[in-house]
Amino acid sequence: MIMLKELVGNTIDVNEEGFMTDFTQWNTQIGEALATENEISMTPKHWEVITYIQTEYKNNVPLSIRKIGKSGVVDIKEFYTLFPNAPLKTATKIAGIPKPVSCI
Amino acid sequence: MEDQGQVKKMMIILSKATLENVYACFVLANGARMEGIQAEIFFTFFGLEAIHQKKLEHLHIATVGNPAMHMPTMLGGLPGVEALATSMMKKEMEKLDMPPVREFLEILSASGVKMWACKLAMDMFHYKEEDLIPELDGVLTVGDFYKQGSGVGTHMLFI
Repeated sequence: MIMLKELVGNTIDVNEEGFMTDFTQWNTQIGEALATENEISMTPKHWEVITYIQTEYKNNVPLSIRKIGKSGVVDIKEFYTLFPNAPLKTATKIAGIPKPVSCI
Repeated sequence: MEDQGQVKKMMIILSKATLENVYACFVLANGARMEGIQAEIFFTFFGLEAIHQKKLEHLHIATVGNPAMHMPTMLGGLPGVEALATSMMKKEMEKLDMPPVREFLEILSASGVKMWACKLAMDMFHYKEEDLIPELDGVLTVGDFYKQGSGVGTHMLFI
């Protein structure tokens, strides 16, 4: 089910888990607001990771923890430090892309 | 209830070293961390082979006594069959982006999964701590492991 959500003066479509369903609606203010909702205060390193996963998404590369570890952007330990609670879910939510379906 | 039935921590006991069991254990532990759930693994009995430096890269799937292989037991026992089945399975897993055992252990450790070796099983197999992976968090008794699992929302799983 898709719902409308008001965020920093924008209306975005989200699913029942709060993931955006239309990436074209995303911008950095929305990313920042989604991060705040998920108790993350964004640093340049956070943004580097978000940009990386958005690029992978645009190239249709499925995301996994292993891929993040091999990205050259962050290692797995740092990824868990940047997004402590469910890192891949949180990072994709902030990035405005669908939740990864991978179990690894 | 305060915790509303939420799973907060998974305590997984791995007692076998057949590849399918080892991977089940690793995927469950990693999957827990990915969901923000704490995870700890207790390696006991043959499960110790999954963290033994000289053995962990040579684990096999079971072709004998495994009805889901759909292979006559006599055939499964022939020389080379187990190795062949194992290499076929490893190829399939690589396609799914499943890391090899050593890399998976590094991922688990980096993801914050605590890994413990069972003291009794170590004594039984005459293993020393230096025989095991450097990522190991320590050697525990069963009592210590239960203590690790204390708290609301902890679940234990035996593989």
